[in-house]
Amino acid sequence: MIIETSGLRKSFRSRAGRDVKTVEAVRGVDLSVAEGEIFGFLGPNGAGKTTTLRMLATLLEPDGGSAVIAGADLRKNPGEVRRRIGYVAQGGSTWDDSTGREELVLHARMYGISKAEAQRRAADALNTFELAEYADRKCKTYSGGQRRRVDIALGIIHQPKVVFLDEPTTGLDPQSRAHMWGEVRKLQQMGMTVFLTTHYLDEADALCDRLAIMDHGQIVAEGTPADLKQEVLGDVVSVQLQRDVPRAADLFGDTDFVRKLETTEQSLRLYVEDGASVIPHVLRTLDAEKIAIDGIELHRPSLDDVFLAKTGRSLRES
Amino acid sequence: MKFLRDTWLVFQRQMQLLLRNPVWVIVGITQPLFYLFLFAPLMSKALGQGRPLSQGETYQLFVPGMLVMVALFSAFSGFGIIAELRAGVIERNRVTPVSRVALLLGRSLRDVVQLMFQAVLVTLLSYPFGLRIAVGDAVLAFLLVGLMALLLSSLGYALGLALKSEDAMAPLLNTLIQPIMLLSGILLPIAMGPAWLQRLADFNPFSWAVSGVRALFAGHPGDDSVWQALAILTPLTVIALIVSSRTFAKSVR
Ligand SMILES: Nc1ncnc2c1ncn2[C@@H]1O[C@H](COP(=O)(O)OP(=O)(O)OP(=O)(O)O)[C@@H](O)[C@H]1O
Ligand SMILES: [Mg+2]
Repeated sequence: MIIETSGLRKSFRSRAGRDVKTVEAVRGVDLSVAEGEIFGFLGPNGAGKTTTLRMLATLLEPDGGSAVIAGADLRKNPGEVRRRIGYVAQGGSTWDDSTGREELVLHARMYGISKAEAQRRAADALNTFELAEYADRKCKTYSGGQRRRVDIALGIIHQPKVVFLDEPTTGLDPQSRAHMWGEVRKLQQMGMTVFLTTHYLDEADALCDRLAIMDHGQIVAEGTPADLKQEVLGDVVSVQLQRDVPRAADLFGDTDFVRKLETTEQSLRLYVEDGASVIPHVLRTLDAEKIAIDGIELHRPSLDDVFLAKTGRSLRES
Repeated sequence: MKFLRDTWLVFQRQMQLLLRNPVWVIVGITQPLFYLFLFAPLMSKALGQGRPLSQGETYQLFVPGMLVMVALFSAFSGFGIIAELRAGVIERNRVTPVSRVALLLGRSLRDVVQLMFQAVLVTLLSYPFGLRIAVGDAVLAFLLVGLMALLLSSLGYALGLALKSEDAMAPLLNTLIQPIMLLSGILLPIAMGPAWLQRLADFNPFSWAVSGVRALFAGHPGDDSVWQALAILTPLTVIALIVSSRTFAKSVR
């Protein structure tokens, strides 16, 4: 295992007016990441993803727990951890008035790499990430996607064993996102272990070999996307309703073909073995009770269903 | 040595950015220059305490005050660090094994170089007004002013990293710098004031610094105030550097 953590904790004090509140941002995270995999952290805003990554990247001291990253102990030997990892922050890290090339050369040199070697690596990285064309323009003139690619290039310029990417695709248009997925896979092909966070379900599903779902500072599920989805057995029939959700829920609550029933504000979700055969019955029953429906959908379980099953909330809504 | 190399790296980068946008170096001395050319001429009678001073003597008294004033402005370095913090540059630096002291020192040395340039410029611009100073004395005076800049810029960085907001930083700096400036005898020697004001100024390290720089500009490098200023500023600067590099090690945006 290239990353192993146990009981990682962090709380913050925050002040709202006169009240001092303690936010438990991360409440005991245990995880292990295997060498060479793309590991994803999926969770809603405020789940504690960034806080966990900051701790693993030595930027924030944990309140408790331990971690070993690429063979170095986070607590005892943070300097060695720094040498072995790369970190790309959620909010970016480039300076408006510097050029992409300058940033890359400087960053490489901060890892003790010689000037000539740093220049060579910067040129390589600019090619790899298709930035050569803009290399000598100031960062403030870059598009969001170009700037994000510089961030990623900065994170790996010293060829770390592990790279942490905090929301690498947030704010990018669909095309740039697809492009970025390609970049992330490239990192894996170069032999790096990639640890990324996201709140996009499709991204977690398509890109990650394994993932952990995080909510309220805790990991609520961990596994490959396929395994996680299998945990939520069967099909889901979801019915959108304008109102009467509780009444509709009563209609199906006790029937034997429904294994599990969940409601959100405007929808009803029925976990069933064979969705196709259940739909006509559902429609008839609702019609008989004069409950108007907005739509009905049948779907194979998605990661969102996994999230819903584990937390009782939908990731899309939170 | 890794630490020196790291400091040089950070310093180089900061110099590069400064030279790309050098207008601030000039803007930083406009206020002292206004004082020098529009206010100093008024002072020859007041400063002479009865016997009007020659223009050269007036500038000998007044230029040191202006140099210290520019040095005090070094504390505004804190604004730049907030922008860097927000851009994620500090975090990006902190995730590398680069020395934390170098992160601070490289930046502060850039501020010192900027200050030196400004100090030399102010001094040279005062030459046509009859200011004269021996090269050795000038070097020592610039050393004192440079030490002040190092002290204040590193404190500015610590403050910026702690406050993380320009809106909190601006009023705080103003309220701190104003009394320090007035109690340094920048415009008029504190010795002209009442005894209680002089006692109060004794607690202001920059008041000692102004006296030291004035002695040097007056051509008295052996004056007690010179070594006193050095003895007061040096340990303070060391402490400021230690405290500020700790905030660099811990800063979180
Ligand atoms: N420096 C801090 N001071 C106070 N509270 C903080 C700090 N950093 C994070 N928090 C709080 O800790 C919790 C977890 O934040 P974190 O940034 O780790 O979430 P996240 O999962 O990365 O969310 P997002 O998807 O929005 O990036 C939040 O409630 C946040 O407000
Ligand atoms: Mg985050």
